[in-house]
Amino acid sequence: MSTPTDAAPAQPGVRKSGEDLLTIEDIHVYYGNIAAVKGVSISVKPGEIVTLIGSNGAGKSTTLRTVSGLLRPRTGKITFQGESLVGVPGHKVVSKGICQSPEGRRIFPKMSVEENLELGAFLRNDKAGIAADKERVLDLFPRLKERIAQKAGTMSGGEQQMLAVGRALMGSPKLLLLDEPSMGLAPVLVDLIFDTIRTIRDQGTTVLVVEQNALAALRIGDYAYVLESGHLKQEGIAREMLKDDSIVKAYLGG
Amino acid sequence: MSTTTPTAPVVRPPAPKTSFLARFGWPLGFFAAGVLVFVFNQWILPETSTEFQNGFGSWLPMTAVNEALIWAIFALGLNIVVGYSGLLDLGYVAFWGIGGYVAGWLMAPFANQVHPSWANLSFSVWGNPLPGQERGIHINFWLVLIIAALVCAVAGVIIGAPTLRLKSDYLALVTLGFGEILPEVFRNGERVGPNGEWNITNGTKGIIGMDQIPTGPFQYIPGVPETIGTFDLNLKFIVFGLMLALAMFVSLRIREGRLGRAWLAIREDELAASMMGVPLMRIKLSAYAVGAAFGGIGGVLYATHIGGVLADRFNFSVSIILLAMVVLGGMGNVWGVTVGALLLAWINSTGLGQLGNVWNDVTGAEVNFASHNFLVFGAILVLFMLFRREGLIPEARTRQVLQEPERGEIESLGADMEGTAEDTAAEGGKK
Repeated sequence: MSTPTDAAPAQPGVRKSGEDLLTIEDIHVYYGNIAAVKGVSISVKPGEIVTLIGSNGAGKSTTLRTVSGLLRPRTGKITFQGESLVGVPGHKVVSKGICQSPEGRRIFPKMSVEENLELGAFLRNDKAGIAADKERVLDLFPRLKERIAQKAGTMSGGEQQMLAVGRALMGSPKLLLLDEPSMGLAPVLVDLIFDTIRTIRDQGTTVLVVEQNALAALRIGDYAYVLESGHLKQEGIAREMLKDDSIVKAYLGG
Repeated sequence: MSTTTPTAPVVRPPAPKTSFLARFGWPLGFFAAGVLVFVFNQWILPETSTEFQNGFGSWLPMTAVNEALIWAIFALGLNIVVGYSGLLDLGYVAFWGIGGYVAGWLMAPFANQVHPSWANLSFSVWGNPLPGQERGIHINFWLVLIIAALVCAVAGVIIGAPTLRLKSDYLALVTLGFGEILPEVFRNGERVGPNGEWNITNGTKGIIGMDQIPTGPFQYIPGVPETIGTFDLNLKFIVFGLMLALAMFVSLRIREGRLGRAWLAIREDELAASMMGVPLMRIKLSAYAVGAAFGGIGGVLYATHIGGVLADRFNFSVSIILLAMVVLGGMGNVWGVTVGALLLAWINSTGLGQLGNVWNDVTGAEVNFASHNFLVFGAILVLFMLFRREGLIPEARTRQVLQEPERGEIESLGADMEGTAEDTAAEGGKK
């Protein structure tokens, strides 16, 4: 097993080829009259971890919320597996295979860990598949297994974050959206969560992660986009950005 | 730091063994209480002295018991909307009224008066009209229960569709308005239509002469009559008790299912629920519809209980008492809500007046306690909010979270550090 820093990509400098799983083309998103995202284009290819980094208010979470159907872009296109997602309400987006772990985790505090996970599979009917995914999630996060019957609201922040990711996985997503998974967590836990995100990718789920902790995100990401005040500032292979001076200065505290 | 997950032995804790008592204690207790009340009133009470009968009758009259059962059905219906789904409804009395008027139309001679041309209408589907009241529409009581449940469910959807988009406070206001408007319609529904020739509610005069309750196959049991009349209080107790049992059973079952889970999820976090694919509008509407259906059933039962439908009974205070029953009993807990409803209904109908009499006798005061019922209810509510926020018999989940408060940011961080310290210690040897 390797640490995040020394796991080199298979082909440095080259992005995965193939059809996009998710394509965002030139979206503009407004809160009332205030533009939060001004023409952002992003593509996610199957089997990748794509990270969206940037400082507070750059429009990262807004972009993610637009994909998950909570916001509607004023202009621009969002395509998932060839189908437009613009105007599709949130709960229908889930049925298309996009599940998310929302910002601030938003687990159901009065429900047990198990009930939370079962709600993640709300739209599924295949009992065997659900049971298999529950096993998979509990293998990914053994801590959840220990607390399976505990009320989620009484767990620590890190455990709640694990539960939020696990709950999203229970929907058997083709694309997993993670909004600030490192928020409020101790550094050791950030590593643990991000290692697991990579395992999730290796198991075949495509991941789009929005993160303020640029260092952690770039270490595990395959491809990265940098947002700044609603615009796309830069994009490229995540690992190469770690060496990019301007990125290091602006986001990595170099 | 390794990507392998911590190797500490992970054993899923054994599922907590629920003892027989924990699982069946409540239903058995309710059943035993029901049997006791029936046996006592049917066979033992008539054998006692007149003095005892009068004394007992003033403290626990059968009419009050029967009425309390109906209140409990309403409270369980409201519990689905407020307790399970977290939607504040201040106008639940409307469904009681709709259920009542469905019974008034379909189980009484009243239909003759609806329109002049209906004067000779006589229609019966296995109906059981009172002697001499055969005109009008008479549909079998058990069918009317189903019809009223369906009508109320539809009414719930119609009211819910435009209002459920609103957030909690506004929803409460709209339902409050609805609960005020509908009784007003009942009171004034005597002359409506183009020439005022339609009489849909008979106004404040109300509808009387409700049909009896047929006993169907049970009439072959010796001692059971063909129909249960207005004054067969003990047999009515069985009918109402069975309907309450049904309401409790449905409440408990539905909660364990997919729909119940979705309701609870919406109550806890609407946005997160929608992110799990829960269609908010549909699920909220279904809560409204199911809750309203309970109200429809209760409305029909109440109409047979008092032998009529009276517009004045449907007022705002009913909605508030029902809400108090749900909150005091323990929101979301079927057993708690039922106990709370039975208790408050008894206090409201009998207990307060009787306790007041005792107080007056002892102190020589002349306070009319029964007329101060809202003062007492208000005081009880305030005391509960101060000392027992989770209600009489709270939901297990509510109790746990209220008793071990959520961890603050720092505490949570500390717990995480502790947890990972153990993990890294376990891995240390391998590095």
